[in-house]
Amino acid sequence: MLKDVTLGQYFPGDTVVHRLDPRTKLILVIVYIVALFCAKSYVSYAVVAAFLILCMCLSRIRLRVIVKGLKPLLLIIVLTGLLNMFYTPGRELVHFWIFTITWEGLRNAVFMISRIVMLIFGTFLLTYTTSPIALTDAMELLMSPLKRIKVPVHELSMMMCIALRFIPTLISETDKIISAQKARGADFESGNLIRRAKALIPILVPLFISAFRRADELAVAMESRCYHGGKGRTRMKQLRMAGRDYLALAFGILLLAAVIVLRKLGL
Amino acid sequence: MSTAISAENITFQYEPQEGKLAVPVFEDLSLSIEAGSFVAVLGHNGSGKSTLAKHFNAILLPQGGSVAVFGMDTADEDLLLDVRRTVGMVFQNPDNQIVSNVVEEDVAFAPENLGVAPPEIRARVDDALRQVGMYEFREHAPHLLSGGQKQRIAIAGVIAMRPKCIVLDEPTAMLDPQGRQEVLSTISALCREHGITVVLITHHMTEAALADRVVVMAEGRIIADGTPREVFSQPERLSAVGLCAPQTVELLYALDQAGCGLPLDALSVEECADAIYRCFSR
Repeated sequence: MLKDVTLGQYFPGDTVVHRLDPRTKLILVIVYIVALFCAKSYVSYAVVAAFLILCMCLSRIRLRVIVKGLKPLLLIIVLTGLLNMFYTPGRELVHFWIFTITWEGLRNAVFMISRIVMLIFGTFLLTYTTSPIALTDAMELLMSPLKRIKVPVHELSMMMCIALRFIPTLISETDKIISAQKARGADFESGNLIRRAKALIPILVPLFISAFRRADELAVAMESRCYHGGKGRTRMKQLRMAGRDYLALAFGILLLAAVIVLRKLGL
Repeated sequence: MSTAISAENITFQYEPQEGKLAVPVFEDLSLSIEAGSFVAVLGHNGSGKSTLAKHFNAILLPQGGSVAVFGMDTADEDLLLDVRRTVGMVFQNPDNQIVSNVVEEDVAFAPENLGVAPPEIRARVDDALRQVGMYEFREHAPHLLSGGQKQRIAIAGVIAMRPKCIVLDEPTAMLDPQGRQEVLSTISALCREHGITVVLITHHMTEAALADRVVVMAEGRIIADGTPREVFSQPERLSAVGLCAPQTVELLYALDQAGCGLPLDALSVEECADAIYRCFSR
């Protein structure tokens, strides 16, 4: 039942988007998000959308897969759209009972929805085409200037890496505990919400205890393998920026510049 | 031959739990292990064998006496990394010692910690994976592998440090028979072909029989020490501490007790059959 959880899912591939340095992709996504939030008109939205569609085509990730990722967020998207539609003052379009839909509201709703959808698509594209390890590596490298002000950058990325490593282990452990409790007559499927929430306690307690025991053993195993923090550590796979990375970054900056110019022109 | 690990008169006890009396795990224990040998430390649960293993790479420090590995005192903090690089440790549960979700990245973990240059790490990782026969799986996710395969990855992760000695703390306890076989043959090959000193902590007789030397522990003391042949031919001594000798020895012992006058040192089924045959054809 928990097998379908796909956190930080990654689809291996060998396209230009896959081969880009993870740092480039991370910067590009940030630039893209800034551009998206700067966009104020149909034209600028179209420019950002064109950029997204180009990236999606290059990555060869099937549209269906990306759209499927929207499902859990559907409620938020619809709610945002509706709120914008009804609560923006302006020229009246339709009026019934206590609700009024305005032209401005409709426009806002369209913008808001496309902004959220494009935001999600953009970030999905990053996680779908970048392995979690590459991503944590990129974060560590990009944040390394923060080490000067005592931010534990290496520790944070190590934590992320270990968390990702233990997701499947803990999921299968949870499955085992659920089966074990069911075998002893635990009932997880009936009763009201509070009752069901209470039924989770016999799952969570053993899960936490085992997670702590695992953490303890892992710490000893890591120390045995000479782990002593980030100091003096090297990496087997060095990240290297290639020509295509600079090209991609230039393209990202161009996108941002275009959106800002359009905004200044009032288009 | 030189000494790989020498423990001299070591004493250790864990912090007592509230309301309980502190019981020393061992007092005045001495053990010396020769470089290049394959030693099995045999004992029941609570005999102190795992605690002893943790002293060999400075995870625990003795409260009295001293432990030296290849001449380095484990209590010397400046030598800590050298000690741990020289004596690698493999634990019982393979899941809890794998750090990364790609096999080769995990094997690279130890050399990365040691600050080895990237091309050299690549070479070591490939070597280590070949030595344990897992090279084809280098890009797999560890959680999709079998227990025996995961444990071999853990062993590769340790030998990528190029240690002179490996201590394995019940590495087969959570594995199925096939996984156990894979791990044991990997361990034997490390010792026989690559000259690495192996200390195997176990409670399985059959595993201990693979070693050059067997050290039997009970209640924090060493009660027998010698070749598998010498140790296993003392079934009374073993059963006194709750261990049973291999079935072949048990059989010969029973026949001997019945007055057949048999030698007790047959470890393989063939040797045992031979001994019985010779006895009856006399």
